[in-house]
Formats: sequence, C-alpha cells, structure tokens
Amino acid sequence: MLEVRDITCVFGGLVALDRVSFTAQRGEITGVIGPNGAGKTTLFNIVSGIYQRTAGSIVFGDLDVSGLPPERLARHGLVRTFQNIELFGQMTVLENVMVGLHTKSTSGLLACALRLPWQRREEKKIRSRARELLDYVGIPDLADQSAASLPFGQGRLLEIARALALEPQLLSMDEPAAGLNSRETWQLGELIRRIRQDGVTVLLVEHDMELVMDVCDRIIVLNLGQKLAEGTPRQIQENRAVIAAYLGEG
Amino acid sequence: MRREWFKFALYALIVLLAPLCVNGGYLLNVLVFVGINTLLAVGLNLLLGFAGQISLGQAAFYGLGAYGSGVLTASYGWNPWLALVAAALTVGVLAFAIGFPILKLKGHYLAMATLGFGIIVFIVFNEYVDITGGPSGLPGIPNLTAAGMTFDSDLKNFYLIWAVVLTVVLLAINLVHSRIGRALRAIHDSEVAARVLGVNARLLKVQIFTCSAVISCIAGSLYAHTVTFISPASFGFHFSIELLTMVIIGGLGSIYGSCLGAALLTLLPEMLRTFQDYDIVVYGFLLVAMTMFLPGGLVQGGGLLLSQLKRLWPGRGGNNA
Repeated sequence: MLEVRDITCVFGGLVALDRVSFTAQRGEITGVIGPNGAGKTTLFNIVSGIYQRTAGSIVFGDLDVSGLPPERLARHGLVRTFQNIELFGQMTVLENVMVGLHTKSTSGLLACALRLPWQRREEKKIRSRARELLDYVGIPDLADQSAASLPFGQGRLLEIARALALEPQLLSMDEPAAGLNSRETWQLGELIRRIRQDGVTVLLVEHDMELVMDVCDRIIVLNLGQKLAEGTPRQIQENRAVIAAYLGEG
Repeated sequence: MRREWFKFALYALIVLLAPLCVNGGYLLNVLVFVGINTLLAVGLNLLLGFAGQISLGQAAFYGLGAYGSGVLTASYGWNPWLALVAAALTVGVLAFAIGFPILKLKGHYLAMATLGFGIIVFIVFNEYVDITGGPSGLPGIPNLTAAGMTFDSDLKNFYLIWAVVLTVVLLAINLVHSRIGRALRAIHDSEVAARVLGVNARLLKVQIFTCSAVISCIAGSLYAHTVTFISPASFGFHFSIELLTMVIIGGLGSIYGSCLGAALLTLLPEMLRTFQDYDIVVYGFLLVAMTMFLPGGLVQGGGLLLSQLKRLWPGRGGNNA
C-alpha cells in the first residue's frame, strides 16, 4: 500500500535519514519506533508531505506521491495527525470535524456567498456526517464546545475524528499516545484497532512501547537515521541490535 | 442561521432608519462615508480576521477603483457602471496575479510586501500626472445614474451605497458560515493542519485576497462617483492604517464588528473635531489600547459585558446565553 524506497534526507551537513525503505501493508498497523533523534519524525514529515526528501521515492498504491504537498496527499487518501494536536482553537468541536469534510464537498466561493440551494443541502450533509464521526470516536456530547477548551485526551480523539472525515486509505499518526494517561492510551489502542477493522491502513510513530507492541502488526526500528530492524512485535522484542540501541551498548 | 437572519434584519433596519434620525444635511453626508468605509472594513476583515493574512495595501485597491472609474468616465466618457465593472474586473485579475507570490509570505514580510504595493500605487497616482491629474487631483467625475435618475444628492447616494453595503454584508455572512469560511478560519488557526486536511491554503488565500481587493475597488468607484473629485491623498498609507484600526476595534473575525468599527471611526473624527490634526495619534492610541485591553474587539467585548450582566441578574441568568 505505502512503499517507502531509499528515502534520504539531509539538513545542511546532517544526514537525518539514510536510505530508509519499508512497506506498510494494506489493512495492517505498521509502527515506526526508535530512540530520540533516530529520524522518526523526519521520516513522518516526509511521508506526509511537510518536509522535502533529498533522495528516494514514496509510492502509494500505484501512484508515485514523492514530493506532493500535504493537500494533494490528502485528496489521494493519505492523512496524518500531529504529536501536539493541531486543533482549530477558534472553532467548535463540530466545526473542526466539518473542516475535515472540506474535500468531501465542492461548493465554491460564489456558491457559498450566494447560499445556493445545493450549497445548503451540502452544508446539511456535512453537519450530520460530522456528528456521526464524533459519535464514532466517542465524544458526541462535546459537539458545541470550543475546541480550545478540550482536555488533551479528548482533543486527540477529535483530531482523529477530523482525520477520519477524509475517509483516508492510510492514516498516519505521530505519537498519538503522547500526553495521554494509561486509561486513555488503552482506549486509543482500541480505537486504532477499530479504525483498522474498518479498512484503514495505519502508520504509527510512537514512543509508548506498550501501545506499539500491543496494536502493531509490523514494526520498523530506526536508529541514527538508518533502519535497524523490521519485523513483528515479537521479533523486535527479541532483536539484540534493537535492545542494544535502546539500552546503549555496554 | 435563523439568528443570523435576525441580526442582519436588525442591522438593515438601523441603516434604513438612520437618515431619518440625522435630519439631512452634513451628517447624512458623513453616513454615506460610513457606508463606503464599512465596505472597505468588511473586505479587509475577510482577509485579516478570517484567513489571518494582513494587508497594509487596501487603500491602493480602493484608489485603483476610484481612479479606474474616475479616469474612464471623466477623461474617456465611459458609462459609469461599465467603468465600475471594468475597474473591478481589472483589479480582480491584478490582485489574483500578485496574490500568488505575495501570499507565500507570512507575518511581517506579508505586511511589508502589501505596504510596498500600496506605496507603489500611491506614487503612480501622484506621478502619472497626464492620466491621474497628479497631486492636484482629478475633477469632473460624473454621478452614477440609473433608470433616468442621477445619484446627485446625499440621500440618493446614501440609499445606493448602503444597498451595496447590505448586499456585501449579507454575502460575507453567508461566506463565513460555509465550508469556505471554515477553511479560512482553519488556515488562520493552523495552516499546516488545514493543508493536511486537504484545504488548498494557497489558492484559498489568493481567492479571499482577490475578493477583498474587489470589494475595496467597488468602494473606490462608488466614492469617486459620489464626491466627483478625487486626489491621491485619500488613498495613502495613512488610510490603510485607518482601515486596519476599524477592523481591529470592531473585532477580527466579526463582520458586524467591522460595520461597528467603520461607523465609529468615521463618526468619531466628526464628533471630535479638535483632534483633526492629531487623528493618526488617536488611531494609534486606540489600536494600542484595544489590543491590550480588548483584543477580541468591541463586539466580543460587548458580548462579555452582556454575559457579566446576565450573571448579576439572577432571575434570567444563563438560559439563552
């Protein structure tokens, strides 16, 4: 589904990523882990079109998506969430999800200004679909609250609902468990599994080992900008090189 | 949406009744300018308050509308309506073209670029004496006419201009409550998050910049045909700052806030004649005071006051807040 081929990224003289390749299989949850500074976030930002790669390519389905800007990727079904949830704080929870439905609607500037009949029908559809999505992640009662007032855990759920609004084929999550307590992390794991069951491929960059080992089908380990290992959670747990990288080679 | 209709009806009613309260004469003339400034403030607020993109060059688009209409009608004898449309289309294309490179910039850099554009246009008005009349101005611009009626009195101009204002306000209200309005606010809050959700931020910013420019341009044409004489002094940097003050005082991201801000800042100098030479100082002071004490603007400040009052009034507290 998502094939990352020999991605290299150089910032000035620093090689952040050195010929990293991996494949995220359709319908699976793929995790990317690694110690701090391993290049996880850089890799993630390249896959989601925020950073530009120096070399290598990214193929999504049969489509070469290397170097496409995030708004184009979104229309191809590649959506991401952020480590420090990037909610639209001036808007309500419901409106945040409605922005997620932007690509699912087509009324232009003029149609909107004139409130043409089809624009009003579309608006109604957007509103009810957004409510369904809040239902799906379990925060339907918060619809009319200001997004800025949400506690972090619920903000995370809102961000996921907003991303799901695009009906992505691949949902990439950057450290979704960051800032969550253990109960919230467990709920998040359940939600991620449910999202996968509904046919969305998930790419997960995560620090929380428990979550990663629990939900991922396949794990890629990065260290110092290179791929150190790849395998099932069990294989990774037993991999000597991975243990050495995490604990330091003594 | 019903609430929006109510607000709009209330605003329209106040506008329509205003001429009856001022008894004609000089104040009616001021109300005509309130209308023109409202157009400009609402246009700027779409860009600044919703999309979060600053423009210090709004006076230039306003001036291009005024000079476009003025030159085409006074020097070339065009029909005023045709001139208005031609100016608006030209400015629309121009804004769209310069919008792409200019709106790549952010924050201070965008402010500087739009400021530069404003200054260039101002210099053109002053220096192309053959076409614009230079610093001494361009006289002899005809009034607008429609169905055999000439808009030559303050009362006629009042209704003409305010009909345009109410239309633009209504369109702006519709726009900000639509998917486009939400996308604009999303860009304002977090451009990268908006883009990740598939919002074409670059195009949308250019589109709203163009809208804002065209509204300013139409305001300029109306101004030219109302006063029949224009000079570059009305379209300088000073006026761009005045517009910014209107929008910020009324409240960023509130259409009625801009209406209020424009009305206040147009009426205020008339009331405080003594400040006339120091008005830029007063604007500066107002800007600083507002951003320090009421960053949400007057409309939001009024809302806060209202909710405080409701709390002090135990019988009816909270229910319809």
